[in-house]
Parts: sequence; structure tokens; C-alpha cells
Amino acid sequence: MTLILKDVTKRFGQHTAVDHLSLEIPAKEMFGFLGGNGAGKTTTFRMILGLLDITEGEISWNGDTINYDKSHLIGYLPEERGLYPKLTVKDQIVYLGKLRGMQKQDVLTELDRWLERFKVPEYLNKKVEELSKGNQQKIQFISAVIHKPELLILDEPFSGLDPINVEMLKEAVVDLKEQGTSIVFSSHQMDHVEELCKHLCILHKGNPVVQGSLRDIKQSFGKKNLVIHAEFPLEFLRDYPGVIRYKKVMEGCELQIENEAASQDIFKALQGKGFVRKFDLEEPSLNDIFIEKVGASYE
Amino acid sequence: MNKFWIILSHTYMTRVKTKSFLISTAVTLLLIVGLANFQSIIELFDDGKDEIAVIDESNELFDAYKESVENVNENIGIVAFDGTEEEGKEAVQEEEYNALIVLSTNENQLPEASYYANTISETSNQQVLVQQLQQLKVAIATQQAGVDEAALAEIYAPVTFDTIALDETAKSEEELSQARGIVYVMLFLLYMAVMMYGQMIATEVATEKSSRVMEILVSSASPVTHMFAKIIGIALLGLTQVGLFVGIGYYLITSKQDELTGGFFEIFGIQDTSLSIYIYAIVFFVLGYLLYATLAAMLGSLVSRVEDAQQMIMPMTFLILIAFFISMFGIGMPDSALVTVSSYIPFFSPMVMFLRVGMLDIPAWEIALSIGILVATIILLAVIGARVYKGGVLMYGRSSSFKDLKKAMALSKKDK
Repeated sequence: MTLILKDVTKRFGQHTAVDHLSLEIPAKEMFGFLGGNGAGKTTTFRMILGLLDITEGEISWNGDTINYDKSHLIGYLPEERGLYPKLTVKDQIVYLGKLRGMQKQDVLTELDRWLERFKVPEYLNKKVEELSKGNQQKIQFISAVIHKPELLILDEPFSGLDPINVEMLKEAVVDLKEQGTSIVFSSHQMDHVEELCKHLCILHKGNPVVQGSLRDIKQSFGKKNLVIHAEFPLEFLRDYPGVIRYKKVMEGCELQIENEAASQDIFKALQGKGFVRKFDLEEPSLNDIFIEKVGASYE
Repeated sequence: MNKFWIILSHTYMTRVKTKSFLISTAVTLLLIVGLANFQSIIELFDDGKDEIAVIDESNELFDAYKESVENVNENIGIVAFDGTEEEGKEAVQEEEYNALIVLSTNENQLPEASYYANTISETSNQQVLVQQLQQLKVAIATQQAGVDEAALAEIYAPVTFDTIALDETAKSEEELSQARGIVYVMLFLLYMAVMMYGQMIATEVATEKSSRVMEILVSSASPVTHMFAKIIGIALLGLTQVGLFVGIGYYLITSKQDELTGGFFEIFGIQDTSLSIYIYAIVFFVLGYLLYATLAAMLGSLVSRVEDAQQMIMPMTFLILIAFFISMFGIGMPDSALVTVSSYIPFFSPMVMFLRVGMLDIPAWEIALSIGILVATIILLAVIGARVYKGGVLMYGRSSSFKDLKKAMALSKKDK
């Protein structure tokens, strides 16, 4: 029950969109795809779904290639949201649900349940064009999960939603995972991936820069963050051995250091200088890793 | 196959329920009913007989003239006017009469007339009045010359001019006029079908693309299934519409047979024709529709906005227009080289070959060849179309040119 990408490459003419990407995405877990615009996330998803042909390499799910016979097992939320503007929510979801191999009656039962869950049961007979963008997105999400897919691909599921709706959708995604759905999702918001995913992959210009489990990635990154709040000037730490980055804050400074050992040297150096209010060694955030690996050029 | 039906019925049902479809169908049906009752409608607005006042200065022409005019057109009433010419004109101006005719004879005792009416733009009555006076004049003149009635009848009897084709297989004049009728009907139907439903397909595809629902659709069903379900769905829609028109039209014709036979329908010869021509009509119609519909779906998949769809199917519109004009020209000269050559060119052949089948007697292999080329082109276009469609539906850009065709093909290419 795993999704395996083996040496997958996609070229559009001269341009290489995805370059030798190899991944193993465990079943019944959430897998995060990180990357800036044009990193190749959507192209990878489209190849997984069979919408685009693979130039080189192969993709398999449970040992088989994904084709249209399996479309009832797969749910997809595209990055570009799209529904029929003139159709009612009901007609829309019934049609899309039927295309995923459902019976009309089952679609209606499920749809009621989902609308209830998203607190919008009154939208059942409304036309999509009458809904706000955030609510359209809920409908779009329902269309991706109505048939209880085994593999769910979500391309930027949380973009353009207000915090309350983001939470609502996140909960739904987590529930689906608990129920055994394998979920792959992309985002360029690090905190979502950090919060939800056990495994992840950072893509940059089609290349996998970092991949693996979140904990391993953080550990192997080596560098740590050190937060010091003290009542004396900390300027001398700027050029201290082992310090990579120095950032002054109101009550002291935030440092990025090469490794854990460097923190001990700094700790000693602080002895006898005065009152130290806080000395905190932190794991690097995904954001730090992303910026480091992909380059500060990213917005 | 199952998904094919889902898409097909969805396309059909959502289209049937649209306001534009209901309105256009209703308006056309109204038009058909109106046409069938044309005679009654005209009569409804007509205020009965046109009264023509006549002052007969010769005192001998009136009776004969009245009889001959009223025989020919029962809507004209000839009334003797007793007053003077000036009073007559006033009566016409006051609309007591439609017109005033002053009849007289010249020095040779032959009839002459002056016609007074408020306007002389309505010529149909005038024509009748002139013709009948002409006949009267001929009758009087021949009488004066001493020609007897029998000889006169002989002179005016139409000349015998039989047209007989020496080639035994060639079509007789009757068969030709019948065929011409069917060819006309089929040409118009195919032309309308391609213009209306071709455009519908292109807009439908463009709408799904512009609303971005396409990506979900093609992730659940293959683009090829999707494309053909769409084409057939719209075809069924067209069939419903045309079926409704033809059905109601047929009902009206049969219920009004007495009024209508001998009129319009006899000219077009739709009364009795051989079965084979109907079969050919259906075959060429279906193939022609499929060809153009595939082209329309392909072109529709290339644009990102509905507004661009119109522009994109321009080439298709030109093709069907050219085909239409060649066939209209070909009805008069079905033997010409232009017609023969274009009856093998796929985009023209559905119309032009059918025209040749109807108007000429051509060997079966020529028909088979033309149908063969047509079918091959449809398959080829379907293969290319499916490719373009697959790439095109994922391609979004501002431009909508034929450069995109290559791009779309490249996007869906297997190994490159």
C-alpha cells in the first residue's frame, strides 16, 4: 500500500519540470510536498494521476500503475479550483461522484454529512457561482473526498481560506488519515506541513532537495537555533566560533549555530558576564531548513 | 463505457434544461407551425376582396373582362363604376376601392386601359389585370383577323419538349427534381447542424476548461471518453431538437395535405423518392456531423476562455461554408470537375458527394471511396483530436493560436 516514484523525470521540450524524482510515500499517512512556485509539485501530481505522461521512470501504487480503472480509489483536489458555476452543489457533486463510480443515493447521503460537517447544509441547492470563494473551496474539497478514496491528493488545500476554515479543513484531513486514507498534499506554508506530516519532500526546480521523515530531516540538518535573553550586550557573539547567523532582538539575540556542541562553548562564554534570563536550544524549524536548502531567494 | 454514459447523459440533461435551448426550440417550433398555417395567417390579415372599380368607355369590354379576371383570381372583385373618371379617382383616394381602371378602345377597336391606385407598389394584382386584358386584346385582334377559335387554341397550346437521357442509367427529369429536393434539405440540415451543434460542442468544452472543472473531469475519466461522450451527447441533443421539428412538421403536413400538396413540397419533390437516397442522406449526415464535431471539440480544447472559442472555430465555419457553396453551385452543374474533385475532399465530401449521389448516377466504388476517405479522416482526426484534447485541457494561456496545437500535442506525447 505505498506510492512509489522511481527516477521520475518530466521534460517539456527543453525545460525539465521534474528531474529524477524518487520517492516512497507510505500508506495511511500524510505526506507533504513543499516547494516554491514552479518547483514541480503540480506536475508531479498530474503524473501520479496519469494526466501527464512520464518522460522517464515509473510510478506505481500498490505495485500497479494508476489508470482510469482506479479512479474511484483516488481523490484529487487540483490547485486551480474549478466547478461548474451554473450547476447547483447537489447536481455538481452527484455528477462528479458518479464519475468516481458512486451511486446517486450514496452521493446524496455523503454530501449531506459533509455539508453538515462544514456547517453549510443550506448550500445543497445553491448554484456554485453564488457561493463565496472559501465556501466554493469546501465544495471542491467535498468533491475530492465524497467517494472515500484510498489515495487523496490535495494540491494547496488551504490556500485562500480564513483561519477558521483552515482549521475546519485540517480537522477533516486528519480524520480522513485516521480512517486510513493515504494523503499526499502540497503547500508552501511550512507550518501546515510541520503540523500534519510525518514524511515530506522539498522540491526545488524539479529536484528533491530534502526528503524523509520530519524528525530525521531536522536531526540530520545539524544546525540548531539558540535563543539568549540577557541583561548585557551580546554583540560579541556575532563573530563567535560556531555561530552562523546572528539576529538581534529586543531582549537579546537569536542565533543559528553549527551544532549542539557550539551551544556549550557559548554557554561557557556567557559565564560571569551578568544576568542571563533565557538560554534556549531549539530544533530548527522547517522554515529554516527550507530557506537554507532552497535559498533565500524564495519569497 | 459506464463513464461514457454518465458524461453523455450529463451533457444531454444539463443542455436540455438550459433556457437558451428551450427558447430556441420553442421559437423554431412556433415558426414551423406558422409556416404550415401561412395561408390562413395571410387570410387573417387580409380584409377580403380587393375591389377594383372599372369605367368602361367602350361599353362592350366590361363583362368579358370581369369574368376573365375573377376566374383567375377570386380575391379581385371587378365592379362597374357609374360616375365620371374624376369621381372614380376620388373614390380610390377615399379607399372605397383599391384601384380604378378606365377601359377604352383605340382606333383599331383594340382595348386600352389606364390604372389608377394610391400606390402602384403592389404588383400582383396589376399583373393579373394586365394579363387578362392582354388575352382579351388577343382574342379581339384574332377575331378581327378572321382566325377561328380552334386555330387560336392550337397556337397557344404549349410546345412538346421531352427531355430524354440517352444513357440508360442516367436519372430522368422527375427523379432529378426529387433528388434535388432531398439534396437541398440535407445540405441545409447539415449546414445548420454543424454551425449550431459544432459551436455548442466547442463552447461546452471551453466552458469546462475556463471554469477549471476539466482537470477533475479528466482525472476521473479519460479525455478520449470525455470528448466522444460530449460529441455524442450533443448529437443526441440535436437529434431531439431536429426530431421534434421534423415530427411536428410532418404531422402538420399530413394534417393539411389538401392545402399544401402541389405547392412547396411538390417543387422540392419530397413526395415519393427511392429509399436508397434517404439512406445515403443519413450516412453522409452522420459522417459529416462526426467529422465537424470532432474538429470542434479539438479546437474548443485549445482555448482557455469561452470568448475565444468563437474565434477558434472560425476555420471550421469557413470549411462548412465553402462546402455549402460548392454544393449549391453543384446542384446546377453536378458534372463539373470542381464538384467531382471536391467530392473526395473530406471536409467537403459529406455535402458534395451526397449531391453527386442524388443528381448523377455514379458507380458504387466512387461512393465507397469517398466514404472510405471520410471515415479514415474522422478516425485520424479523432486520434489527433484526442491527443490535442488531452494536452489542451491542461494548457492555459492567453493566446489561442494554432501554435497551441503543437504545444498541446507535445504535452501529451508519450516519449520525447
